[in-house]
Amino acid sequence: MTQAKDPAFVRFKGIEKRFGDLVAVQPMDLNIPEGSFVTLLGPSGCGKTTLLRMLAGLENPTRGDIFIKGKRINDTPIHKRNLGMIFQNYALFPHKTIFDNVAFGLKYRDVSKTEMKEKVEKALETVRLPGVGNRMPSQLSGGQQQRIALARAIVIEPDVLLMDEPLSALDENLREDMRREIDNLQMELGVTTIFVTHDQREALSMSDKVVVMKDGFIQQQGEPEEVYNNSVNHFVADFLGHSNFLAAQVKTTRKDGIYEVALADGSTCLASPVGDFEQGEKAEIVIRAQKMTLGYQKDFVQEEGMNYFYGKIKDRSYMGGEVSYFVEIADGQLLHVINFVKRSPYRRKDEVYIRVDPFHCRLLKQ
Amino acid sequence: MKEKPWKPWLLLSPSLTAVFLLLVIPVCFVVVYSFWLRAPSGQDIPAFQFGNYAKFFADFFYPVILLNTIRVALETVFICLIMGYIPAYFFYRTESRLKPFLMILVMLPFWISFIIRTLSWINILGDSGLINHLLLKSGLISSPIPMLYNEGAVIMGLIQYLLPFMILNIYVSLDGIDKSLAEAAKSLGCTEWQAFREVTLPLSMPGVSAGCLLVFVLTCGTYLPPMILGGPGNEMIANLIFKRVIGTLDWPFGSAISVILLLLLVIIVYTYNRYMGINQIFKSLSKG
Repeated sequence: MTQAKDPAFVRFKGIEKRFGDLVAVQPMDLNIPEGSFVTLLGPSGCGKTTLLRMLAGLENPTRGDIFIKGKRINDTPIHKRNLGMIFQNYALFPHKTIFDNVAFGLKYRDVSKTEMKEKVEKALETVRLPGVGNRMPSQLSGGQQQRIALARAIVIEPDVLLMDEPLSALDENLREDMRREIDNLQMELGVTTIFVTHDQREALSMSDKVVVMKDGFIQQQGEPEEVYNNSVNHFVADFLGHSNFLAAQVKTTRKDGIYEVALADGSTCLASPVGDFEQGEKAEIVIRAQKMTLGYQKDFVQEEGMNYFYGKIKDRSYMGGEVSYFVEIADGQLLHVINFVKRSPYRRKDEVYIRVDPFHCRLLKQ
Repeated sequence: MKEKPWKPWLLLSPSLTAVFLLLVIPVCFVVVYSFWLRAPSGQDIPAFQFGNYAKFFADFFYPVILLNTIRVALETVFICLIMGYIPAYFFYRTESRLKPFLMILVMLPFWISFIIRTLSWINILGDSGLINHLLLKSGLISSPIPMLYNEGAVIMGLIQYLLPFMILNIYVSLDGIDKSLAEAAKSLGCTEWQAFREVTLPLSMPGVSAGCLLVFVLTCGTYLPPMILGGPGNEMIANLIFKRVIGTLDWPFGSAISVILLLLLVIIVYTYNRYMGINQIFKSLSKG
């Protein structure tokens, strides 16, 4: 594309939604760049679906404005917004053939019969289901039905593709395939896509940008790596991946940006701060389960500038390539450690050391 | 696991027994009776002859009542359909917390005796009933408007009896329709009305056709509203049967009329089934 992409192709400005006393979406601004794949991620009730439905025109915002391509669309009725919407339960019309389902949106657009036929066939090919036009939706599997729903949404060449938990009704293996398929399709078509999910793996694997939400507030937004590695608060760190949290108090600050903090048991730990901290401030350290390395005492040469925890393995679960351990450390806290299996996995009651780089011990405000 | 083909039948046996004892056997009796002779003395004489049927079709008197019954039934079905679809659709769409309460209101009439409900129309529509009383008092009219003892009153009585059946049938069908279907239609370019016509209405047809059939059949067999609210010209076929059997104790002829009505309804239901598909109704209900 030669034209510069609009960084605010879809723009929410001071948007807010209340249902009676309940605030579903707190006043917020959010920009969706043109052609990007943006995921709204959060637990149920965080406002992500409400945000999507306001964009779709299925809910009216209590306050604030929504813009698509710079045009305010608050008062545009849903059928004139030119959006492709994918629902959790496919929402195919059960009384219409697959062809009629896919052609449905074209009926309300200025499209000739022959053109309609071409477009529907092309859309069915795009979702790799050519030749099913004469069948009824009930004759297709769940995954196929969702692909037809996708075809129905893209055939109208929407400005924005909206997906409301489109994979959650599918079983695990199928979900993986569909995830890749949607991702490839979006890249191929370059259509701006907003994807709502509570599944962090979907969010991390597909998106250009992840918007983590909770209680109607945006917690953090950024590229998947950014949000995962540099989680800005407890909620984001906890919601994405497996994290350990340790209560800490700031002792001294060092020139290289690493802080010395005191843990609950009095020991000292090195951590990299997220934000500015004062001496003596109470904070917490978050460590990802995958960023810690387990070893017996003999395996480690104690290095300066590294953190070591001594502990005993309380529990473990073998997951094929990797093993998930729960290690009890000095003050009785359990640390969740996920390591690849090197020789043989550690056993219960093994006494081990955990090594973790201060870079991965992220100090968060409480 | 080994399939046990008799198992469903075992579960059905209590209701099948009841249906057999209370429905199939009595109907057989009625069919047998319809061939009997009635002696001038009033005695019923076992026989096998078609005199009772011949009597029914001898002149226009009885067939006209039958046709009138069907016409009244169709009118009732039509009005119930219009009056029933709207509240059913409201129940489907509403998010109101009052919904359960309003649903109970729909079923409330079932708690009151049908006879009482029908009789109470006299207090409302009669010459000295509520409406005429108020109109007379306010001076809008000088003599009471006759509102009772005509076909309108009969249909009114039938509607207040049958409307809940229509509402509930349509509502059950609507309730099984995923609301996101209409949303999907709208996102694809339909207006609210187009989405209703293209998606919600066709998908609610099983409930509509079930409700229509139920109202039709029940109207054909009811005798209370015409008896209480109708005039001499508003007799329906069930009144005729009632009069023959209870009034003149002419069981053979009453039975013959019953058999004619039964056959007619069987033919109508069968034809209806061919085109509207009752099987579809059950399918859609189970899919819900």
